[in-house]
Amino acid sequence: METLLSRYRNVTVLLLVIFAQLVLLAYQVKNDSDVRLIRVWAVTAVTPLARTLEGARGGTTGFLQNYVVLRDTRAENQKLRTELGKLKLENQFLKTELSTADRAKALEAFEAHTPSKMVGARVIATAAGGSNTAVFVDRGSTSGVQKGMAVVTPDGIVGKVLAAYPTASQVLLVTDPSFAAGVVSQKNHVRGILKGMGHGNCRVDYVQNEEKVETAEWFYTSGDDRIFPKGMPAGQVTSARPGSPFQEISVEPSGMANGLEEVLIILEGVHQEIPDIKTAAVPIYLAPQPPNTGEAPVKTGPAGAPNGNQGLATDADRMREHYKELGDAQNHKFGENPPGTKAMDFNLPPKPTPPAPKATPSDPASPPQ
Amino acid sequence: MRYSDDHVLLHSQRETQITRFRAWVLFVVPLAAILFQVYVPLFFQFLAYLELPLIVTVYFALMRRSPISGLFVGALVGLAQDSLSKNPLGMFGITKTIIGYVAASVGLRLDVDHPLIRLILGFLFFVFHQFIFWALSRGLLGQTMNFETQRTLVLGVLNAIVAVSLFHFLDKLKERG
Repeated sequence: METLLSRYRNVTVLLLVIFAQLVLLAYQVKNDSDVRLIRVWAVTAVTPLARTLEGARGGTTGFLQNYVVLRDTRAENQKLRTELGKLKLENQFLKTELSTADRAKALEAFEAHTPSKMVGARVIATAAGGSNTAVFVDRGSTSGVQKGMAVVTPDGIVGKVLAAYPTASQVLLVTDPSFAAGVVSQKNHVRGILKGMGHGNCRVDYVQNEEKVETAEWFYTSGDDRIFPKGMPAGQVTSARPGSPFQEISVEPSGMANGLEEVLIILEGVHQEIPDIKTAAVPIYLAPQPPNTGEAPVKTGPAGAPNGNQGLATDADRMREHYKELGDAQNHKFGENPPGTKAMDFNLPPKPTPPAPKATPSDPASPPQ
Repeated sequence: MRYSDDHVLLHSQRETQITRFRAWVLFVVPLAAILFQVYVPLFFQFLAYLELPLIVTVYFALMRRSPISGLFVGALVGLAQDSLSKNPLGMFGITKTIIGYVAASVGLRLDVDHPLIRLILGFLFFVFHQFIFWALSRGLLGQTMNFETQRTLVLGVLNAIVAVSLFHFLDKLKERG
């Protein structure tokens, strides 16, 4: 037995190591739980390194770019070299600060505008394994982040927290094939499930072929999944065509449209209404008013009306005016006659208009003959 | 001398050619490979397809020419990679354990210092790695994913080219004497 083991020592060790890992794997799959300790160690070990790298990158990128510019300037003008370099460095620094402040301000404004309680986080790494569909952010359970929380940007949804460690969290992005979120279209309120496809675009599943979904239409979160609050932008439809058994709807996720550096994790979500479609305000040309030439305005009253009224353009207007005149002629006030009062005669001919008085030479208002 | 004696001699000669590395190299290089994989693709997405942890595992296994050592290097690198991925622990662990074992076994029989051999091995081990991972995902996790042959072959070539360059650099970290 001993000889046999020593002869097949390598294979035995291989099988033992594989078996141990299979047991580990089976434990996780069966219990649907994670071996948290190992992950916590790994993430805690890697997070400070990733943070340092990220900090160093941010600091040196601007400096290096500026240094190259400064060297060119030095060659051209030695006298102003130092001052120009300082100014450029300062300018670059301020620009970087401003850019950071702008991003932070945008997030802050969004945070203040949205009723949900959120915490800002910075993306520090991608998940190992060759796919870019999961990332690490620098906020963890110590900041109140929990597994299953929604991750968004002001542009839309980004993903959900897959695991929260003390100093960092793993976020599953909307582009991951295992991601799903309930969505509803803005225009026709068509409900579906947003799913990742492993690359840039997502798809919306379970939409019947009879439902109307248009290209460029927006999808918002429906809140059905209990992860994303209702009313967050999810993405814009890039194509929608009939399929079997459901429509094939491709959606460009909007949350990562402007890169993925800073995100917001929703600690307490508050549902919002899905915004109404704003109809495009097409400018209509209106010509300027005609100049006042002193002529009397054109009367557009009814042909038979004794004194045609301006602005009576429709038949209803003319009929109303006609009945009003008949009522005045018979001292009848519409709506004020009690029951039993004599009914008005609608067949009376209209009163002839009295002729306009002739202008006399003494009349100062009359024009000279 | 009979053929079997020649073979044994060759075998024993190769076993005496075990390359040794300083302890910090065995720790820092795999760590750097894993850090590269989790950090650099943030800025250069196409580099996400570079399997540096695999390349490093293959290198140490080939050079140390010890199957047990190779499988342990593979298991540790794989588990570290698992702990930073969204997969259950053990997926990359099992895959790289097998790769480490096979690579070390190959290292006992081939002249792994030749660039062409390294290129071919880099390609084959990448394809083998992807295949094992795919088979485990389907078999153990029940994931319905397709094995993208064409994409795997292209990425295998790219990884093999990087592997040859990286092996050349890692050769400089060998312990002298």
